[in-house]
Amino acid sequence: MLGEGILKGLGETARNFAGSFVSADRLTTIQYPEERAAPIEATRDFPFLVYDGADWEAGLRCVACQICEKECPPKCIYIVKSTDKKPDALGKPQIYPTRFDIDISVCMSCQICVEVCPFEAIKMDTEFELSTTDRFGGLLYDREQLAKSNEYYHTIHPTEAAEVDSRLAEEKAKADAKAKAAAAAAAAKAAAPAAAAKLAAAEPAGVAAPVAKTAEGEKQG
Amino acid sequence: MIEKADQIFVLLAHWLVSFLPAFLQHPAMVLLGVVAIIATFPALFAITVLLERKGLGRMQNRYGPNRVGPYGIFQPVADGIKSLTKEDIVPFSADAVVHFLAPVLLVVVVFMGYAVLPIGRNMTLVNMDAGLLFFFAIGASSELSVFMAGWSSRNKYSLLGAMRAVAQMISYEVPLLLSSLTVVMITGSLSLNKIVDAQNQFSYGLPHWYVFTPWGLAGFVLFGIAAMAETNRSPFDLPEGESELVAGYFTEYSGFKFALFFLGEYVGMMGISGLGATLFLGGYSAPMEVLGFVPSWFWFFAKVMLAMCVFIWVRGTLPRLRQDQLMNFAWKFVLPLSLLNLIGAGLWRFMGDGLLRWVVCSAILLVAYVAMGRVGMKREKFGPRSYRYAE
Repeated sequence: MLGEGILKGLGETARNFAGSFVSADRLTTIQYPEERAAPIEATRDFPFLVYDGADWEAGLRCVACQICEKECPPKCIYIVKSTDKKPDALGKPQIYPTRFDIDISVCMSCQICVEVCPFEAIKMDTEFELSTTDRFGGLLYDREQLAKSNEYYHTIHPTEAAEVDSRLAEEKAKADAKAKAAAAAAAAKAAAPAAAAKLAAAEPAGVAAPVAKTAEGEKQG
Repeated sequence: MIEKADQIFVLLAHWLVSFLPAFLQHPAMVLLGVVAIIATFPALFAITVLLERKGLGRMQNRYGPNRVGPYGIFQPVADGIKSLTKEDIVPFSADAVVHFLAPVLLVVVVFMGYAVLPIGRNMTLVNMDAGLLFFFAIGASSELSVFMAGWSSRNKYSLLGAMRAVAQMISYEVPLLLSSLTVVMITGSLSLNKIVDAQNQFSYGLPHWYVFTPWGLAGFVLFGIAAMAETNRSPFDLPEGESELVAGYFTEYSGFKFALFFLGEYVGMMGISGLGATLFLGGYSAPMEVLGFVPSWFWFFAKVMLAMCVFIWVRGTLPRLRQDQLMNFAWKFVLPLSLLNLIGAGLWRFMGDGLLRWVVCSAILLVAYVAMGRVGMKREKFGPRSYRYAE
């Protein structure tokens, strides 16, 4: 009959009206400044720079390779390379960025910088309360504002950060093994003429092993 | 004591004017009434807007405004301050005089309707013999203001909105008048006070409201539909359809003129609710004899606010009609049914007391309703589209 649908609709809105007072799963609004939604792991907005250790300047993973600067579609990254080298967190001397600026008013949150970075140095942040009264200077972030610790990265994206950490550890282990092998090879090379000179060595490997160890020890030192 | 509470505003007005010389007393009395109306209904408008925003929110499962004051009750104040302080822009190519006059005319016209409404016992500003006629005559002028606004803005959206509004308001004016005509037929008077008096009687403790008769119920529903269309309320809000016309006929209005349009719309809604309550719900009369001790003006305002709540409820439920659906509904359903309702009211009047007139009237209206719903409102089935291209 005509009007049945209207009555049904009126009933539905009445149920919603009454239900919003009694049932919490109807009224799903989170009243933002006082209440907050639980953080979502996959959230991303603007990039930040990861550093290891306690000192942000020394621990910055970025080596100023400028790949992200070149790949950035809206060109919001500005990097100035250093002329000298500084030891990174692992003690290896590296070029570092003397300036690393991101204009987050230009950034389009595409995450391409993160994907191209070979050093796991740039990651996406979840911080969204970035309002400022200065729309030019206030939205241009420099190195210091961008640098955030690896621990912070773990709190915002735990799964992703764990993956990154294991990958880095693997790479480090590989690099260490390679260095070890290289050192061993070098030591063997060094040991071979000595053994030939001596002409009396029955087990050169037995001699070479301690040498390699000391060589590695020297390198570590 | 009960009598005093009922007549408190009348007594207050008499006491106030008693300080004036005799020749000034009558004008002062009228002036007081006007001031009271102009003060009361905008206050009710503020409450209604808050109610609407919060109620609609709840219907859509969200909190409405809840930041200004406890539970957001000062939101209308904030809205008022905002509209007062906003820049009043008149478009460069607009007709400035007409553009200015349109909202003023709307508000004036809408408030004039209240002159004849019996707000309580002895609380009619002008006790006119042709009160109903006056109300409709004045109410029809609001179309003029809508069209003035749309035409003078020199904006295609405004003009489209105004055109829609005029088409809609004229179409629904007919069933609005015809459905209230039944009340006039039964009462035999155009005076709204006499109409209320005719309903202000009780048998078995229940009132003689016209809505409790078959023709009255049909008339009330038809009146409600037509009133919604007359006041451009959802689902008949085509003239101001936000999704297609920005804001319709008041697109080019800002600041206080916009607020005046808003005020005019809501005060007009309250006016037509008041008229509907007067015609079919016994105006200021109590819904039960035992509740007779409650002041009469309370019942009037309660009925008006109840009608406003229904307006809000319907707005929260129904989507906007299409223009052809709107016209189909007006001319193919509401108009024939309200014409038939005139016959129903006539039969009711001349069949005398008894059960027979109940049966006959209800049967006629029910059969007509079902049949017209089936036939007139049948959804047209269109076959697959065929195209003929130019050779």
